[in-house]
Amino acid sequence: MTPTRRTALGFMAAAAGSVALPGRVFASAKFKYDLQPKPAMSGVWMIEGATDYFSMQNGGAIVNCALLQGETGLILIDTGPSRRYAEELRLSVQALDLRGVSAVVNTHNHPDHYFGNQVFADKPIYGLGEMIELAITHGDSFSNNMYRLLGDWMRGTEPMPPTAALATGEVTIDGRKFLALPLAGHTETDLALLDTETGLLIAGDLAFLDRAPATTNANLETWQAALTELQALNAAAILPGHGPLDRSGASLAQTSAYLSWLETTFTEGANSGLDMVDLMDSPMPAEFAAMGAQPEEFHRSISHLFPDIERRELPRAN
Amino acid sequence: MLKFVLAVLSVAVVPVSLGAEELRTQLDDPYDSGMWDYHQIELLGNPKDIRFDDRVIVRAPASAEDAFNVPLMVDATGIDNVEEIIVSVDYGPIPHILTYYPGAAEPKLELRFKIDQATAIRASVRTSSGSWHVGSTRIDAAGGGCAAPAQAYASDDWEDHLGEINGRLWTASGRARLIVDHPMDTGLADGIPVFIIKELHFLNDDGSELAHIDLKEPVNEDPAFTLFFDPDDMPALLHVQGRDNNGNEIAGTLTGEALN
Repeated sequence: MTPTRRTALGFMAAAAGSVALPGRVFASAKFKYDLQPKPAMSGVWMIEGATDYFSMQNGGAIVNCALLQGETGLILIDTGPSRRYAEELRLSVQALDLRGVSAVVNTHNHPDHYFGNQVFADKPIYGLGEMIELAITHGDSFSNNMYRLLGDWMRGTEPMPPTAALATGEVTIDGRKFLALPLAGHTETDLALLDTETGLLIAGDLAFLDRAPATTNANLETWQAALTELQALNAAAILPGHGPLDRSGASLAQTSAYLSWLETTFTEGANSGLDMVDLMDSPMPAEFAAMGAQPEEFHRSISHLFPDIERRELPRAN
Repeated sequence: MLKFVLAVLSVAVVPVSLGAEELRTQLDDPYDSGMWDYHQIELLGNPKDIRFDDRVIVRAPASAEDAFNVPLMVDATGIDNVEEIIVSVDYGPIPHILTYYPGAAEPKLELRFKIDQATAIRASVRTSSGSWHVGSTRIDAAGGGCAAPAQAYASDDWEDHLGEINGRLWTASGRARLIVDHPMDTGLADGIPVFIIKELHFLNDDGSELAHIDLKEPVNEDPAFTLFFDPDDMPALLHVQGRDNNGNEIAGTLTGEALN
């Protein structure tokens, strides 16, 4: 077995357990997320994430989770970055419905959206079929990186892919009707859910608001096409994957404008002979510089997107 | 696993090497990384006339987002009469990334490389008088960039593109940029031998050499470089000639706007 950060932490924990230490020095109270579900629409709540990048301060709680009233409990959309997060979430939502979470849906294959799944292993966990495949393939490498970034916040977390493939189109989950839209662009497969009763669009990471969009697995053209489709829904409100609840459609417009700016900046950079380090100094329009997680996300996007764009733009020389 | 063994070996080797050869000039490493003394002897040949020098600028993102393609800019234009720039990492199974001989070009280069772990990065600049000036930065990384197979093998037509060059000149800004298709296999991935471009030479139209790069295993797959020239002294075109360790020739010509 290749030693990983995760197994190393496991060994450390085991070693600590074998020595009679005074008190439980590793069970520190500081690893607490203090999750606060707040009303979003009638019968819908959200847990709002920080708009920063992953850090030891936020413990990875940078994501929005949604809770919708179902027939036998609460339908949870996305489960957060860690086992600790999901365990806290499970307790805190009993104030909304004593029966707790009845079903889970994952929007896409990024660790901050599904690494709490194991806490709900006794409930149905839905995801698009292709997302399940991706979670099986990439779960361990995402996990290694999350342990590296977040350390003890991740203790006990094991990636668990969804257990049931979600149908698309009109679907019913625990008695509640949704329109399930299989889209792509933020990743290879992104699920958006339109709640029939309230008209709330749960956009996953196809929409960001006042937080820089992450482009790790992005395809800009496909993502823009998905945003056009979401705009045509004229949803009553939009819950972006990161950032505050959006009642005006600003999240879709802002995400689209930012992606266009990335495309333009990188294309012009390639045609001026710039490389990635030069691009880190690109002047950023104030509306994008003010987003959460900047300039980190912009710097990451240079790595994700520039090499392919440059390859497309530079002429053959032999 | 191999990199783990190598790391253990290299740690074990340090005191022996230092015992065999004393540092002629002990420097105060601004990154305090532990391996620098060793590289000062093994990579630079234990020069006496050496110092860390802020005029050698090494720029990179603080964290490597893609371990296979870490961008780096080295700028020694603040120093006169630069003959050679050795770019290296302190920690990694193969520390030496490349050596750049700027010749008639500016002593400044942009490149990408594969990183294996968080490490200090160095650009060691030798002038014609034999004095060394070292610039540094540090990059955080999850790692794994050196010991994985080239991504080219995910497609079955990589051989058709071997040695293809994309690139051009920008005469107004003095930039020459090129990407050469090549797997750049380090030999550290199981069952895949070393397969790298060894050298790239840059010549003007009458065939005289203006600059050249000696590449080592850590240079990224499909190496990408920017060379810099004084815009007033920029050649109208730049011939690229090189070869890999299997004897494949690489040849192309970069042209500017007017010649396209």
